[in-house]
Amino acid sequence: MADQINDSAFDESVLKSDLPVLVDFWAPWCGPCRAVGPLVDEISKEYADRLRVFKMNVDENPATPAKYGIRAIPTLILFKAGQVVAQHTGSMPKDEIAKIIDAAL
Amino acid sequence: MFDAAVIGGGPAGITAAMYLVRSGCSVILFESLTMGGQILTTDSLENYPGMPKGIKGWELADLFAAHLDGLSLERKTSAVLGIEGSAGAFSLRTSDGEVQARSVVICSGASHRPLGVDGEVRLRGRGVSYCAICDGNFFRGRPVAVVGGGNSALEEALYLSKIVSHLYLIHRRDQFRGAEIYQKRVLETPNIEPVLSATVEELHGASDLESITVRDLKTNTLRDLTVDGLFVFVGMQANTDFVPEGVQMERGFIITDTEMRTSVPGIFAAGDVRAKLCRQVVTAAGDGATAAQAAFLFLEELNAK
Repeated sequence: MADQINDSAFDESVLKSDLPVLVDFWAPWCGPCRAVGPLVDEISKEYADRLRVFKMNVDENPATPAKYGIRAIPTLILFKAGQVVAQHTGSMPKDEIAKIIDAAL
Repeated sequence: MFDAAVIGGGPAGITAAMYLVRSGCSVILFESLTMGGQILTTDSLENYPGMPKGIKGWELADLFAAHLDGLSLERKTSAVLGIEGSAGAFSLRTSDGEVQARSVVICSGASHRPLGVDGEVRLRGRGVSYCAICDGNFFRGRPVAVVGGGNSALEEALYLSKIVSHLYLIHRRDQFRGAEIYQKRVLETPNIEPVLSATVEELHGASDLESITVRDLKTNTLRDLTVDGLFVFVGMQANTDFVPEGVQMERGFIITDTEMRTSVPGIFAAGDVRAKLCRQVVTAAGDGATAAQAAFLFLEELNAK
C-alpha cells in the first residue's frame, strides 16, 4: 500500500526526494479515485526500489492541490528532483500509468 | 485456448464470468481498471434489489468483485485491442500479447460522451470535469457551467448549485429532457440560470479554464460566459474500439438478440455496451447471466460437432 502524505510533509518527502515520486491526489467520496487507488498500490510494489509513491487526500490537504492547480481527481503527478514531469487526470489503466513512469524514469 | 474470454469487469462481466466458471468453463477476464465499472463512479444506489437501505457504489463494487474470489479463472489487467478469427477459434489481440478463446463475451460498458469542442481535452482536470461529486468542491464559491438536459445533467446541477456561486445550465433544446421533479427543482433554484437552445462552441484559458463561448441557436449569436468549471453530462457512448467490423451496431451500441447473441456466432454482448432501453446495474447483471448461459450452450454445440 502506498503511504498517505499531508501538506506539511510534502516538501520534505516529495520535492526533496532522491527518487522520483508519484503522488495520487484522491478523496474518499470520489468513485474514479477508487478505480485508480488499487492500481497505484500495485505500482508502488512493482517499482519499490526505483520510485516512491504517495497518496494525498485533497479533502484534508487543500494547500498542495491548490499549488499544482488541481481541479479534478483522481490526478496523478510524477515529480522528479522537485519538478512536475508528468500529470494526468481521470482514471487510467495500470499499463498506461506504467508507461508514463517508464518514460520519465 | 480458453472456453470464454470475458471483456470488462463491471456487473455484466463479473456475472458472466461467475456463471461461466460455475458451469465448468475455463475463463479469462479482462479489466484494465479496478473491478466494478461504472458502479465505482456512482455515489449510492437506491434501486438495487436486496439493498433496501441503499448502498454506496464502491461498496457494491467490492461485493461484486469478492464474488470472483476463490473461483478458478484467469484475470488480466491488459487492454483488449482487437478480435480476429471466428466461432470456436477467436484470437484476442491485447496490450500483453495474443489470447485464444472459443467464445467471447463483450461487457466493456459505456463511458461519458465528450462534448467534442476545442480545448476540451487540453483543459480536462483544469476546469473540465465529468464527475460533479468528485470535483465540485474545487469550485466552491466560483461560477461554473453544466452542459446537458437529461436526468444526470439536472441531478448534477442540483448537487453543484449548493457549492458554487452561479451555475449556467446549458442545453441545446428549448426545454430540459430530465424527469419533471428535477426540472421543477432546477427552475426553483435561485443560482441556476438555464441557458436553453444553446451549444458550447469553444473553451478558453491558457492553463486553466477561464471562459466558454456559447452559441444561441435561435438568434445565432455568440457570447462568452466567465466560468471556472465546465461539467459535461451529454450522454454515454459504448466502449467498442476493439469490436470487429462484422458485429452489427446501432448508434454505436452492439445489437444482440434476447439471448445476448451478436450478429457474429460465438460473440456475445452484455450490459451497457448493448443497444437497449434500460442501463442499470440490475439489468447488466441479468444480461451477464443470460450471455453466460448462451455462451455455454454455444460451446456445448461446438463440442458435439
